[in-house]
Amino acid sequence: MKLLTTNDSTAEQTGTVVFANDADPMDLPLEGIKRIDLHFPKFTDGRAYSQAFLLRRRREFTGEIRATGDVLVDQLAQMERSGFDVAVLRADQPLDVAQRVLASYPGYGVGRYQGDAVQIKPHFANTESTSS
Amino acid sequence: MYQYTEFDRQFVRARADQYRDQLTRWQAGTLSEDEFKPLRLQNGWYVQRYAPMLRVAVPYGELSSAQVRILAKIAREYDQPNAELFKDAQAKQNLLGPVLTGGLAIGSKLTAGYAHFTTRQNIQYNWIPLDKSADVMDLLASVDMHGIQTSGNCIRNITSDERAGIGADEIADPRPFGEILRQWSTLHPEFAFLPRKFKIAISGAREDRAATAWHDVGLHLIHNAEGELGFKVLVGGGMGRTPIIASVIREFLPWHQVMNFIEAIVRVYNRYGRRDNIYKARIKILVKAEGQRYIDDVEAEYLQIMEHDGGPHTISQAELDRVTACFVPPSLSCDRKSADAKIANILRAAAEDDIEFGRWLKQNVAAHKNPDLRAVTLSFKRLGQAPGDATADQLDKAAELADAFSAGELRVTHDQNLLLPWVACDQLPELWRAARKAGFARPNIRLLTDMIACPGGDFCSLANARSIPIAEAITERYQDMDELHDLGEIDLHISGCINSCGHHHSGHIGILGVDKDGLEWYQVSLGGSDGSNLSGDPLPGKVVGPSFTATEVPEVIEAVLETYRQQRTSGETFIATLRRIGMEPYKTAAKNARIPVVVQD
Repeated sequence: MKLLTTNDSTAEQTGTVVFANDADPMDLPLEGIKRIDLHFPKFTDGRAYSQAFLLRRRREFTGEIRATGDVLVDQLAQMERSGFDVAVLRADQPLDVAQRVLASYPGYGVGRYQGDAVQIKPHFANTESTSS
Repeated sequence: MYQYTEFDRQFVRARADQYRDQLTRWQAGTLSEDEFKPLRLQNGWYVQRYAPMLRVAVPYGELSSAQVRILAKIAREYDQPNAELFKDAQAKQNLLGPVLTGGLAIGSKLTAGYAHFTTRQNIQYNWIPLDKSADVMDLLASVDMHGIQTSGNCIRNITSDERAGIGADEIADPRPFGEILRQWSTLHPEFAFLPRKFKIAISGAREDRAATAWHDVGLHLIHNAEGELGFKVLVGGGMGRTPIIASVIREFLPWHQVMNFIEAIVRVYNRYGRRDNIYKARIKILVKAEGQRYIDDVEAEYLQIMEHDGGPHTISQAELDRVTACFVPPSLSCDRKSADAKIANILRAAAEDDIEFGRWLKQNVAAHKNPDLRAVTLSFKRLGQAPGDATADQLDKAAELADAFSAGELRVTHDQNLLLPWVACDQLPELWRAARKAGFARPNIRLLTDMIACPGGDFCSLANARSIPIAEAITERYQDMDELHDLGEIDLHISGCINSCGHHHSGHIGILGVDKDGLEWYQVSLGGSDGSNLSGDPLPGKVVGPSFTATEVPEVIEAVLETYRQQRTSGETFIATLRRIGMEPYKTAAKNARIPVVVQD
């Protein structure tokens, strides 16, 4: 997952959609769209996780899905697993800590039991296919 | 019980490491209070009235004796406030004044060095300092335990029937499914910040002993007409300000689709559940407001998960077999003929002195799927100890009894006791003596004094009033075992506020703490049901009238029980009499039990 600070983050360009967090991702026309910005008004508002999942898995969107707003170090891994590939850290979030936390606890924290937008199969299904 | 794999173990250890890192950043000031809060909450760490509170997950209530010994160690060594904090807390509680009953003044008496069993089969500690919290997580991880998702707006620990896997009326063992769902819900990336908390209960028996209809999702294992195993799925139950009984969303769901279907339930809720008002954010409000439209959305999403996504969380037979293999019953048997003779002898002998053993067999011992075995409840309801509290020594003793009599296994019950699930019937007399010596053999299970009570205003920062002194006053009043057994089985549930952790809505008698002008008052309700055979269809109770003072509450309870005694027919239970004669006689009795206010000139 690519981490950006607010300084690095590029403004909206053509092909970028800023998508409200209560809008239905199933209705969004995707032709010509390269980037979709999903917003976290508060880090405790988890609607954008489901939006990202639906865009990535259900709509099979292959462009960039970017997390904006209240984007904190400790939620990055679950964003990545839900289908985000770029996150713009909130201004006060230290980039080095973000990188360390993301790297030390791979797969949101500590491993993964369930399938997600990136790895579709749950842990048990992977174990079965590798052991057979 | 479930045996952790190396992956499960690494997962919990890494989670403990991650928490230590977060705690360290918070202590260093690089993680703000607001941002640390949801992280500690998702590991079970609250900050309450006087001190932090830790809630430890006990998946579907099942514990090993080794785990109980670590829980005892945590109680003994970590549940210890510094003297000043404790003194200050006790002084503040003293200001709230006593409950006066029968010439006694029952006030708050804070204790430390113990664990508390909750109605959701978890375990709580009240005094562990936050700077020790990471050490406690390491200790828990050493016995495959944690506090993951015991708080926060996520999928909480999944609860089940205390007799899961052993009930004589069981259709199928819910524990393998509970475990598979536990793994699926653990750190689910998409569902960590739902509109509100999300509770799942699962039952595999004919009788609902898990209050499933009071949960966000309730699951019942059933067979369909073709004899296939699956789930009846309920959604949208809950207590709080708006008590709602869950609705059936699926009459039959094949067992292997339960995760895919719950994913649909939770995804639709995550998108459309209200986030503007905390009191309207539970799924019950969405289900009530949208009705069929919510159900249609879930079915449409489920179809997409199955058809478009390929049903990635379909449980394979191999995975069910792997998990089920952990729940193979211990090989135990007993000589039933000699057991019957032994019990009969003891009963005969005991009856000459006292009838306690017979009462214990009746109340604390339950039938088992295996006719050679019994399920035995250890009572943690006694005078001088808050309902569901267990000291470090008591926990060690319970672990010892589990090793000696129950294949090293225990269960936390919804009613805040411990249950030994694998007791050979010829060992009942020995167990009874050992439990009596340990103070666990009080034959009051399912009787009035086996009440549910939340920690209330002695510990909880949400509470409007104290629960524990009310519980103590009622326990004090009903110490006579003959009287208790005469009153029969009664669910008395006490909550210190409308959040309803003490399940007052589902009590035959419910007591709810409310705040009136900064003072503690109590609403009394009658006729609630958790959905068990005794209580009937799940139902919230109805209030008997305006709220009462703390001192009036024991009087009101006595008046209500007296009304039952006068009105009952032979053998009729409290709840049956109430259903037959209605609320009016009880309302009148409660009203007459009010203590008149003396107006002074």
